[in-house]
Amino acid sequence: MNSATTQGKAALELDGLRKSFGKTEIIRGVDLSIGDGERHAIIGPNGAGKSTLFNLITGRFPSTSGKVRLNGQDLAGLAPFQINRMGLSRSFQITNIFPKMTVFENVRCSLLWARGYKYSFWHMVSRAPDLTEAAEAILEQINLTERRDLPAGVLSYAEQRALEIGITMAGGANVIMLDEPTAGMSHSETDYIVDLIRKVTEGKTLIMVEHDMGVVFGLADRISVLVYGEIIATGRPEEVRANPKVQEAYLGAALEAEH
Amino acid sequence: MTDTTQKAALSRPPIITLSNAMPWIVATVFLALMPVIFPSNSAITIMNQMAITIIFALAYNMLLGQGGMLSFGHAVYMGVGGFVCVHVMNYVEDFGVPLPLPVLPLFGGLFGMGLALIVGSFSTRKAGTVFAMISLGVGELIAACSVIIVAFFGGEEGISGDRTYGLPVFGVEFLQQIDVYYLIAFWLLLSALLMYLFSRTPIGRMANAVRDNPERAEFLGYSARWVRFYSFVASGFFAGIAGGLFAINYEIVTEENLNLAQSGTILLITFLGGVGFFFGPILGAILFTLLQTVLSLQTELWALYLGALFVVTVMFFPGGLAGLIMMHTMPLKFGKLGSLVGPYLKTLVPGAIGILGLAAALEIVFHLRHAALGDSEMTLFWTTFDSHSVAPLAIAVIAAVGGFWLAKRAAPGMAEAYHAANTPRGGSV
Repeated sequence: MNSATTQGKAALELDGLRKSFGKTEIIRGVDLSIGDGERHAIIGPNGAGKSTLFNLITGRFPSTSGKVRLNGQDLAGLAPFQINRMGLSRSFQITNIFPKMTVFENVRCSLLWARGYKYSFWHMVSRAPDLTEAAEAILEQINLTERRDLPAGVLSYAEQRALEIGITMAGGANVIMLDEPTAGMSHSETDYIVDLIRKVTEGKTLIMVEHDMGVVFGLADRISVLVYGEIIATGRPEEVRANPKVQEAYLGAALEAEH
Repeated sequence: MTDTTQKAALSRPPIITLSNAMPWIVATVFLALMPVIFPSNSAITIMNQMAITIIFALAYNMLLGQGGMLSFGHAVYMGVGGFVCVHVMNYVEDFGVPLPLPVLPLFGGLFGMGLALIVGSFSTRKAGTVFAMISLGVGELIAACSVIIVAFFGGEEGISGDRTYGLPVFGVEFLQQIDVYYLIAFWLLLSALLMYLFSRTPIGRMANAVRDNPERAEFLGYSARWVRFYSFVASGFFAGIAGGLFAINYEIVTEENLNLAQSGTILLITFLGGVGFFFGPILGAILFTLLQTVLSLQTELWALYLGALFVVTVMFFPGGLAGLIMMHTMPLKFGKLGSLVGPYLKTLVPGAIGILGLAAALEIVFHLRHAALGDSEMTLFWTTFDSHSVAPLAIAVIAAVGGFWLAKRAAPGMAEAYHAANTPRGGSV
């Protein structure tokens, strides 16, 4: 899988991507190619621009210059919903669910477009067994079957994070982007989420921003280190760990903090 | 047994189950029986008004409750539907087109939908303040048009028509209010059912999702803007149906039916009933129509009381009447509803006395200031007294202060009882 890096078919390519807010340049020319089926982690200190990079890729913000290609197709000028329809789905750093709707409804809504229901007003969702079954299968996967009929807003933090991942996965997108999936979690919760991520992203391309080095080294095929809007290193975990530039800029401090 | 249930779970669920159909069967029977129970002409007039308002309020809640869109100008879709129907009525009469009256509201619906299609194409791009302001602007614009485009809106006197224009439909000429009642009741059931079913479709579910979190919906493949647009158009259609029924019922439509005051009223009605549940606006429309017709006969200050009720609802019961009822599903499930009766009475009876006392004081002061010179006699709560003497005012004020004081003292006990009733076991009963 590791060899499917730049030579293999790229799921996502960033080419000279830049973003400025006013005079401040947050993303300063990012080039990155992520292969099909690769698990890629983006790490870096706070304020490095990791979430901004996610927002540029998924169409939440327009980029100032540069290109983003998903399976070879240019995403310039596309809205988030159009990018999503092309097979890219993301989660958010701050939990972003439908708080007043039930857990089941949250998952079912995230299935609708992918299953071809679009803007239909002639189907009854309750009379679509494929929707109900698929939503229940996802609830089973994310361990929320027992919470099925509760409003999503009353779930515990870890449960909401699991639901967030479930919603992100549900549409069956091939490229999954997770923004700090384990942020603010206890050790046991983190282990649970990591297992979950490994399970549900089987065979898919995964791009994640993560602070927890244990998670990163356990999960990622390759790692990119983003510092002040630039990628200073990309490579396999052991390469990145050994890279003196990375150690200097970031990793040393983070690894020390782990102990 | 388990095998068959599993199989049943995998196959398509039946279209109608008894429990699904029950509310609609009850509603049908209820609507059929109402004129038998209340056969007087004035009662039927009130019920017609009520039914039309229910359709309009349900249509409005497709925006406010289901889609999270606050419109300040939704009366224009009902009004335009009404105007179109009056014109069609007159046209049909002049040219002898064989168009039966019962299908007339469909024209109102189609034109309400057409207007919503045009306005929605730009107003639904954003929700929140932008949408609210555009709706206000469009509402004002069309209300202003009504005095400019006299041919369509008829200026200040409006447009009137005659619903008995055509051939009788199955022997019914729609001369009498009761005939119109059944026509309206039919459209009410049909519209309410269709609006309910709409909320169960993919687009209806996504309307909820976009209301809760438009950004997340965009990352699930849905354009929040188009989801809002489709809800808006559907809402315009049903508002237009309500307008058509209004035209049939009153045989006149004027600028008052589409101005901003009317738009404000439907917001008030929907909120009063509760935006969070499908049946909320129905309760709101019933309550409002009753207050409007019954209370306005009793007092000139009815609009003040209605305004106060609205403010209290917004501040203390944002779920409206429906929310208030649904707050009691848990106690009902635990079989603890009975434990609430005592504490409720202890708080609500003094509260009601306080409110009536306050209202009496207001009425006395109002009479004192506004009655004709020399007219100092007034009747309140079946007692006649001199509004210029001190005693009645003093009694009213004492009742108000005392009532509110007692209610306030009993309120913590009521809250405690409510919490206890919401815990499955334990809790002091």
